[in-house]
Amino acid sequence: MSMPPVALEVRNITKRFPGVIANDGINFTLRRGEIHALLGENGAGKSTLMNIIYGLYSPDEGEILIGGPDGELKPVEIRDPHDAIRLGIGMVHQHFMLVPVFTVAENIILGDEVTRGPSLDMATARKKIKQLAHEYGLDVDPDALVEELPVGVQQRVEIIKALYRNARILVLDEPTAVLTPQEVEDLFKVIENLTERGVSIIFITHKLKEVLAIADQITVMRRGRVVGTTTPAETSEQELASMMVGREVILQVEKGPAKPGEVVLDVKDLYVAGERGIEAVRGVSFQIRAGEILGIAGVQGNGQTELVEALTGLRPFVKGEVRLNNQLVPPDDPRALFELGLSHIPEDRHKYGLVLPFPIADNEVLNTYYKPPFSQGIQRQGNAILEHARRLIKLFDVRAPSPLVPAANLSGGNQQKVIVARELSRDVRLLIANQPTRGLDVGSIEYIHRKMVEMRDQGIAVLLVSAELDEILALADRIAVMYHGQIVAVMDARDADREELGLLMAGSGTVEVPVSTPQAV
Amino acid sequence: MQGILQLEKTSVLYRYRNLFIYGTLLIVAVLASYISNPVITTAVLASAVRQATPIVLGALCGMICERSGVINIGIEGQMLLSAFTGFLANVYLDNLFLAVLVAVLTGALLGLLLAFMSVTLKIDQIIGGTVINILALGLTGYFYISGLTTSGKLQPIRLGPLADIPLIGPIFFSNPPITYAAIILVFLSHYVLFHTRWGLRTRAVGEHPRAADTVGIDVYKIRYANVIIAGAVVGLAGAFLTLESVGSFERAMTNGRGFVALAVMIFGQWTPFGAWGAALLFGFAMALQTQLQFTGQFNIPHQFIGMLPYVLTIIVLAGFVGRSRPPAAEGVPYEKE
Repeated sequence: MSMPPVALEVRNITKRFPGVIANDGINFTLRRGEIHALLGENGAGKSTLMNIIYGLYSPDEGEILIGGPDGELKPVEIRDPHDAIRLGIGMVHQHFMLVPVFTVAENIILGDEVTRGPSLDMATARKKIKQLAHEYGLDVDPDALVEELPVGVQQRVEIIKALYRNARILVLDEPTAVLTPQEVEDLFKVIENLTERGVSIIFITHKLKEVLAIADQITVMRRGRVVGTTTPAETSEQELASMMVGREVILQVEKGPAKPGEVVLDVKDLYVAGERGIEAVRGVSFQIRAGEILGIAGVQGNGQTELVEALTGLRPFVKGEVRLNNQLVPPDDPRALFELGLSHIPEDRHKYGLVLPFPIADNEVLNTYYKPPFSQGIQRQGNAILEHARRLIKLFDVRAPSPLVPAANLSGGNQQKVIVARELSRDVRLLIANQPTRGLDVGSIEYIHRKMVEMRDQGIAVLLVSAELDEILALADRIAVMYHGQIVAVMDARDADREELGLLMAGSGTVEVPVSTPQAV
Repeated sequence: MQGILQLEKTSVLYRYRNLFIYGTLLIVAVLASYISNPVITTAVLASAVRQATPIVLGALCGMICERSGVINIGIEGQMLLSAFTGFLANVYLDNLFLAVLVAVLTGALLGLLLAFMSVTLKIDQIIGGTVINILALGLTGYFYISGLTTSGKLQPIRLGPLADIPLIGPIFFSNPPITYAAIILVFLSHYVLFHTRWGLRTRAVGEHPRAADTVGIDVYKIRYANVIIAGAVVGLAGAFLTLESVGSFERAMTNGRGFVALAVMIFGQWTPFGAWGAALLFGFAMALQTQLQFTGQFNIPHQFIGMLPYVLTIIVLAGFVGRSRPPAAEGVPYEKE
């Protein structure tokens, strides 16, 4: 079998940052029309490598070669994104580089505008975009405002943006992180469509299933080095995970059957207002028992955030009743809730979980600082706080040189461990975890998952909210699906089917809506 | 009435229905007033247009800066120092054209200073603007010379037969040059902002600078250029005060116009026409209070009448600002990766 010509090759790329070697002698070859997955944990050096290819960083050593139409390889210098674009390299960033208040067409032409005289020529731009969209099967309305489009469509806009600039090599950075399962399927179709037309794809991810499903070649990186290149046929999830982490990883969470006890959390007909006056949660009812994990699946933005905020006292609720340990919960009072035995791992650890400039020690007492032994009268007890932090750092395996290190200096996984330590080191009855492993590497995910099952086995009720279906399926004993502010289905995890859950999350449920729809709100 | 207002949601008439309704009411009110007293009506409205000139120029300055992502609260200072240098240039060079040029350059130079502080040094932009305000107040106070006189100020230019149209002629077509320039700049900045490459890039930089950067747009360059150009525009407002309106310089003569301009910019939703409309409203309030004090019909202490434009500003800001949406990246210095 003859190999297609090389589209891009990097040879011996090294990039040093103060104190770290981000890329250490990287070799990487991308062939024309190939989907090449770049796999690695956070901090493995994937992003650094892509930023070098896209001209955002310059390498300290090594060279980049681009294959011409005739297949001839030529060394090139990429000093800035301009050079990359000129050489046919396009990038779809994980956080989309789109201006929300601009139309699709304005976003696509930005930086490469069509003009007639001094004026923008939107008519020609529109025509060109429609033509591209048609050619590559990327359906999108050039006049729609980007902020009003679903995430999957916004991603399509990003891809068209690259194609508009004649990209022949497309770098997709964690493209599936924000998509629903159905949107992921659509994306994969688009990617196949692109490769059929000779576009080469670099697909950056840490999701093993996807890699095996779509990639032609897989390159695994760890700590700035390439640890191996393989193909889906020759490898397995388990092997890839071990390559990424550098040791054996337990992918399957080990857990026995749940032994549910009495009802800990009882939510009845809850209504919560969202931003801009829209009702985000509309009549949600459910119960969680001691010793079970209830997983709430759903695409982000379907009311999960508001539900969790209401249950943790961060957001008042409009209507409904919440009982914790059979006690009616006062709305809008986080401290009362904490004292009733609630612990909360928030969705955004930087915004709600930690005070980043504060040392670890202070972060560990954010919700208990006012109680003895951390406080006597009006005075803080520094020694008790430090001692407490030292103990937790050891117990929860936080990798930090001292409890006085600011939380901001820790890696994502260690920051999350600081939060977990704070939330689980008290007498807890209910744990609410919202996206507890978002952005964490495989090792940390494994740790957090194990911890949650441990809590369940100790008889704690756990509410897990996650947009990752895999996470829900791995941990939950019962699964509730949220769509448009309502729980559209509740099922036993053993009866759950990926496909069906995906459909429910996308709103095209075959299951009848069990929640009574209110006549007037 | 309902029947008339039941328009297709997509039609132009629907989008601008408020404009049509209020516009019609405004025209009816003006005509009624004109019929009852043509002289005073014309005088008040003509005065409104001129009073609005420095405000709209200031608002355009603020808008251009903020659209590119830089907050400018130094408009007041830029206006004051330009008014001062323009006046001095007129005294010593005795040439109105050069004097206006000096004022414009002063504004641009202060723009450069603001850009340097907020783009290159990444100083908090509120502090940067405050620096300019204090600097202008200090410099003009220190170098102030009393008793200087000039040989004249900019005179109204009648635009031929257009100026003879009753009501409209004296209001729009018989103005001094900077007032004309302000009106032209409203249209020009709308065109540039929404229909040219430069405008698209400027707005992108003000909304999402990283997105602009990744498609090869130089964020720093765009911000520098916009803040300097905006400075030149507000320099014209300074020139208006000493070279077209008053004819001489007084300490702190801007009298808060730079801050009113900021309010007007916000009320106008960061658009040139919006700012113009809001500035005209403010100009009208100014003209009205002068007229009321002059006729003395009402038995109200003149201090209260004098408050009218400022009370209006507060009402407008309190009532409408909550609903407006500034450029997303304004006030945030851009850090390249």
